[in-house]
Parts: sequence; structure tokens; C-alpha cells
Amino acid sequence: MEIEKFQYDNKIVKQFAFATILWGLVGMLVGLWVSLELIFPTLNIIPMTAFGRLRPLHTNAVIFAFVGNGLFMGVYYSLQRLCKARMFSDKLSAIHFWGWQLIIVSAALTLPFGITTGKEYAELEWPIDIAIALIWVVFAWNFFGTIIKRRERHLYVAIWFYIATIVTVAVLHIVNSLEMPVSFLKSYSLYAGVQDALVQWWYGHNAVAFFLTTPYLGIMYYFIPKISERPVYSYRLSIIHFWALIFLYIWAGPHHLLYTALPDWAQSLGVVFSVMLIAPSWGGMINGLLTLRGAWDKVRESVVLKFMVVAVTAYGMATFEGPMLAIKKVNSIAHFTDWVVAHVHIGALGWNGFLTFGVLYWLVPKIFQTNLWSNKMANWHFWLGSLGILFYAIPMYWAGFTQYLMWQEFTAAGFLRYPNFLETVTQLRPMYIMRSLGGVLYLTGFVLMAYNLIKTVKAGKLLENEDAEAPALEKVYVKHGSEHWHRVIERKPIQFMILSLVVILIGGMIEMVPTFLIKSNIPTISSVKPYSPLELQGRDIYIREGCYVCHSQMVRPLRFETERYGEYSKAGEFVYDHPFQWGSKRNGPDLARVGGKYPNSWHYNHMMDPTTMSPGSIMPTYPFLLDKEIDTASTPAKIRAMMKLGVPYPEGYDKIANHDLMIQAQTIADNLKMDKIETVSDREIVALISYLQKLGRDLKVYHLINDKQAKK
Amino acid sequence: MKFINYLQSIAGVGIFPMISLIMFFIFFSVLLVWALRVNKEYITDMKNIPLDNNNETTQL
Repeated sequence: MEIEKFQYDNKIVKQFAFATILWGLVGMLVGLWVSLELIFPTLNIIPMTAFGRLRPLHTNAVIFAFVGNGLFMGVYYSLQRLCKARMFSDKLSAIHFWGWQLIIVSAALTLPFGITTGKEYAELEWPIDIAIALIWVVFAWNFFGTIIKRRERHLYVAIWFYIATIVTVAVLHIVNSLEMPVSFLKSYSLYAGVQDALVQWWYGHNAVAFFLTTPYLGIMYYFIPKISERPVYSYRLSIIHFWALIFLYIWAGPHHLLYTALPDWAQSLGVVFSVMLIAPSWGGMINGLLTLRGAWDKVRESVVLKFMVVAVTAYGMATFEGPMLAIKKVNSIAHFTDWVVAHVHIGALGWNGFLTFGVLYWLVPKIFQTNLWSNKMANWHFWLGSLGILFYAIPMYWAGFTQYLMWQEFTAAGFLRYPNFLETVTQLRPMYIMRSLGGVLYLTGFVLMAYNLIKTVKAGKLLENEDAEAPALEKVYVKHGSEHWHRVIERKPIQFMILSLVVILIGGMIEMVPTFLIKSNIPTISSVKPYSPLELQGRDIYIREGCYVCHSQMVRPLRFETERYGEYSKAGEFVYDHPFQWGSKRNGPDLARVGGKYPNSWHYNHMMDPTTMSPGSIMPTYPFLLDKEIDTASTPAKIRAMMKLGVPYPEGYDKIANHDLMIQAQTIADNLKMDKIETVSDREIVALISYLQKLGRDLKVYHLINDKQAKK
Repeated sequence: MKFINYLQSIAGVGIFPMISLIMFFIFFSVLLVWALRVNKEYITDMKNIPLDNNNETTQL
């Protein structure tokens, strides 16, 4: 057999490693900042730094910039070694790297300016969505190219996890990002209401599954055996882990929509599969931890393994909690509260964060041909980080339960004990302070790591191209007797890819297709009318300011909810909502029934300074809405886009829409005048008020009509 | 909103869950049986892929 000489590309690994550190720092800083805004609302100084705009930046930065670069670092390092081949093309590697950084920069340049689609974790506007798809294709091309020219016949389990990641993220991203462009930086989701919610959370949940979990499992399956110098505990278990995990994960999305207007059957389906998920998840965790059996002495000495053990443990905790949270009763406690925030941070800080740190501490010295500059400092990082996670998560669990208990408490007379929502928020302040402290600890550890690694890099020299040799793969493969199909597909990456694609498509299709095809899934309500042009403009301001980050529009059919907000939400109410705005967290009250609850003047004053209307409010102030003119030039295009999406405006309405807009705006301005508020009618505040007053109004009209008919 | 309402509106719907159940039952059964029976030598080979590098020095 001929031995071939080749070189591994370490330069690209280094680039992704540096980007991971840089963006991790940025993403966590923004996270700390928004957490402080909940304690000191004055920090929402300018529109660009308001909570509603910055929190999406935090989540996007941590998920796609920090973990994204981290996973590419892990994949580019391990894939080359597992395939015994250099990456397929250095050029593609470079395009992938710089393209991804460009996407991150464009996210940072759009989200703070209110350019957003308003769909959580998919906030980036359509040109960036297209860029993401293209760069992902470049990554896939480079990835499969490498596999095809590999020198190792069989694909190790880590590579399967990477394949599932590439395939599924592509499907998720494309399906969820289908949108109708209005202008260069504005679009409406192709789906509306319940359908949009289902697609969004099918995406949202699987972004967690296939962006934050499967690639990191691949990294776990490569790096833990590699670093501890012992093979994975059970390769058989890893095979079952893989197939069961990707098959079950894709069904679980609807557990984000329990007790909402989503049809019951879809909710139940989500619950069943979420509960089953515990089996493969724990199989994976056990496999990771038991790989270290008999090597615990190494864990004591190696800071790298310490990080990894905590990471895998955090994975186990989060994946135990996930199925529990998917049970309806538990979900009714956790949903909309800080419990969910605690849960995701166990995953992000523990699983993704610590695994990334472990890989960085091991990999950077290795490719720079030196030792870690300071082991002591890395140990400090480990303890600061671990404490940070505890200080973060425990107060958040506490806050979640506190808020739920306050929401649902009734007095003996049958009234809500805490009818003022604000009370349930101000109560949480001490917990929020503790949480920020946790964030500071975690971030401090991160800064120590950055410093430590910079010192390491300075002391060493990058081995850009690492020499390696391996026998060439024989073209003709001689089978050893009869062979099993699974062994066959392990040699065939393309077939493997197609099989995993089929597996993940089935779950998604069974959940979504009925909701799209069967009309009776969304019973229409005759009185629900499309948004007027002014309301539509107001809605876009609502989306721009990220109001959905703190306010839900979904009253669940629970007594403590209907008592507080009014009638529970119906699927038919949302048929014109492109995109849906149900929200997922309540830092402020639900708004589904806010229409008609307060006079226009209340909203006017409240937007100018929320504390004048509700003392102690932590909502940002929006004085600029009082001065900024409504972008009426965009109205016709918006109406046309909505019509293309099936919203029944009359033919040619786009031409007269602004006329209607002005009339409605004038009515509101006149009404404000009666309360001694002078405003020009074409200001954004007027549009926003009209939208807020529309929320829940159509359902009231429906009941009015029905009552009248009943009387007759 | 009971699931059964929507199901009844599809003609011959009974066959779909049956097909999918059988498909996945077979897939996972075969997978399980194979994973338990596959020969040890092969598993050892696969397990050692990440450790297999003669030209690298591993350091902790």
C-alpha cells in the first residue's frame, strides 16, 4: 500500500478559534448589559441599546457567532484528522470563514437599528438569510469534498453528527426564512399566525438541537476520547444515540407552544416526542462520561477534561429538564418565566461554553506547538465559570417559580392576589442582581481565558500546515463476507446524508403539513379583519422595537390568565399576522387583550415615559416615537406584499392606503387632543397606538354581534 | 380541536400511520439487532479512529 504524505490545515482552525473568542466576548458582554437593563432601566439610553433590540443581538451573537465559530473550529480540526485528509479546498475554507464573519457583522449592524423579522433566533432580514444559506452551502461543499477524498474508509460517529447538522440546519433555515420582501431590509414571513408559530418553533427548537447540540456531540465524541486517550465507552451506544436523537428531535418543537392556540394534537405530538428524547440524550451523556471511566485521575489534573466533564454533565441536566418542561403542567409554570431562561443558560454556559473552553485550551497550545501559558489561570477560569453558572441559574429558577406563584395566586374571595403585573416583576429584582453577578463571574473567567490564550499564542508558533501521512484509500473495496447495511452506509457519505435527511423530514412534515392543508385546523372568526394601513405601520414599529421580547400576545386557557388578561387566544385571531408575535417571555404583561383597555392618552404618556403611568416600570422609554414621522412611503409596498401573501385587501388598495392611514391617524390625534395632548397625526406614536388598540378588538366585536343576534 | 377530526377527513388515512410505524419499527429494530451483534473487531477499529495518529504527540 502506498503511503501518501499530506498536510492538515491548522490555519483555518486557528482563525475560527480566534473568532470564537472574540465573538464570545461580544455576545456575553451584550448579555450582561441587557441583564443590567432589567435592574437599571435607565441603561436603555438610546433606541439602539434598548432591551428589545439588544436582547436579540445577544442571543444571535452567542448562538451563531460564539457557538457557530466554536463548532466550525471543532469540525475543521476533527474532520481532517478523522478523514486523514486536508480540507477539500483552502479557498472554500477561507470563503466560509470570512463569509460567516461578515454575516455576524451585518447582524450587529442591523439588529440594534431595528432591522428585524421579529422571529426569535431568526431575526436577520432576508438579504442576510440568503447570505447564510450560501455560506452554509460553501461549508457543506468543503465538508463533503473532504469526506470524498478521505483516506479512512469508515466515517467515525462524530462525522455523522456533523452530517446531520449540515443537512438539518439547511432545511430549518430555508423553511423558516421563507419571506416576502417589502424592501431591501424589510420582509414579512410567508406564514401567518398559528402556522408561523409552528414553523418558527419547529425551527427554534431544532436550532437548539442541530446547531447547539448535534455538532457539539460530534465534538464530544472526538475530543473526549482524543484528550483522555481512550476510546469512547460504547460505540454501539453511539450508533443508537445518533439515530434515535435525530429522529426524535425534529418532532419536539411544539412543546414551545403548549396551552397556546396551536391545535391540541400538534401539542400532544410535541410532548410525546420531547419526553422520549430523554433516552437518547442521556445515552449520549452516559457515553461521554463513561469514556472517562478509569481515567478520573486525569480529570483531576487536566483542566481541559474538567471543563469537558462539567459540559457533559450540564448537557445531562439540560436534557433532563427539557423533557420535564415539555410536560404540560410543568410547562404552564415555566413558560413565559425566567425558568426557561435558566434552562437555556445551563445549555449555553454549561454545555456549549464549557465544551468550547475545553477544546480551546487543548487545541490552541497544540497548533501553536507550545504549552498552555498558565494552568493556574485556566483553573481559575474553571472555578469562576462554574460559580458563574450557579449564580446565574439558581436565582433564575427562583425568579421563575416566584413569578409563576404570584401570577396564579387567588385571594379567598376569588380575585387575583397580585392583579398588577408590575408587582410580579419588581419582586424579581434581587434575583436579577444575583444573575448579573453570575454573568460577571462567568465573563471574568472568559477574559482570563482570552488573556491566557493570547499569552500562549505569543509564546508559540503556529504550525500552519501539519505534516501527516496515511495509506491511500484503495479504490476497490473488498468486502469481508456478508455485510450489514449500516456498515455499508458508513462508507457512503452521500447515502448517509440522504438517509438522515429522510429521517428528519418525516417528523417535520407530519407536524406541519396538516396545519397547512386542513382548513379546519384554524377555525376562522368572521369579525377578524386585516390590519388597517395605520395599524400595519404600527405593528411594524412594534416588531422593530422588539416588543415581543418582553410582551406575549397569547392568553393561555388557564384561569389565572383569563382572569388577568381576558378571553383566551383563538387560532382564528392570528390569520393575518405575518409574522406571529406570540412571544416567549413576559418581562411585561401580555398584550393580546390590551386593545380598548386604556385610552389613547395613556399609551401616549406610557411610551414617553412608562413610569408616569406605572411607577416602578422597567420598560425602556420611547420618547423618539413622539417625534419620528411614520414612513408612509412604504405603505403601498407593504400592502402589496400582504396581498401577495393572501391578506384580502381590495384590489388596488395599495394606492389609497395612505389616504385611509391619514384619516385614521387624524381620528387618534383628535382623540388625544381631547385629553390635552397636542400631536401631529403622522407621528409613529399614533401608528403604534392604533396597533395596540386593535389587539383583541376583533374578538370583542365578534361577541358584540353574537350577543345582539342572541337578543333578537 | 381533536386530532381525530382532521384524520377522518383524509381518505384511507389509516394506512399512513401504519406504514410509518412499521418503517420505523423495522429501522430501529434492525439497527438495534445489528448494533448488538456487530463483530467486536469492527467496533474496536471504529472506536480507535480518533486515537489513531502515529505522527502526532498527544499532550495534556
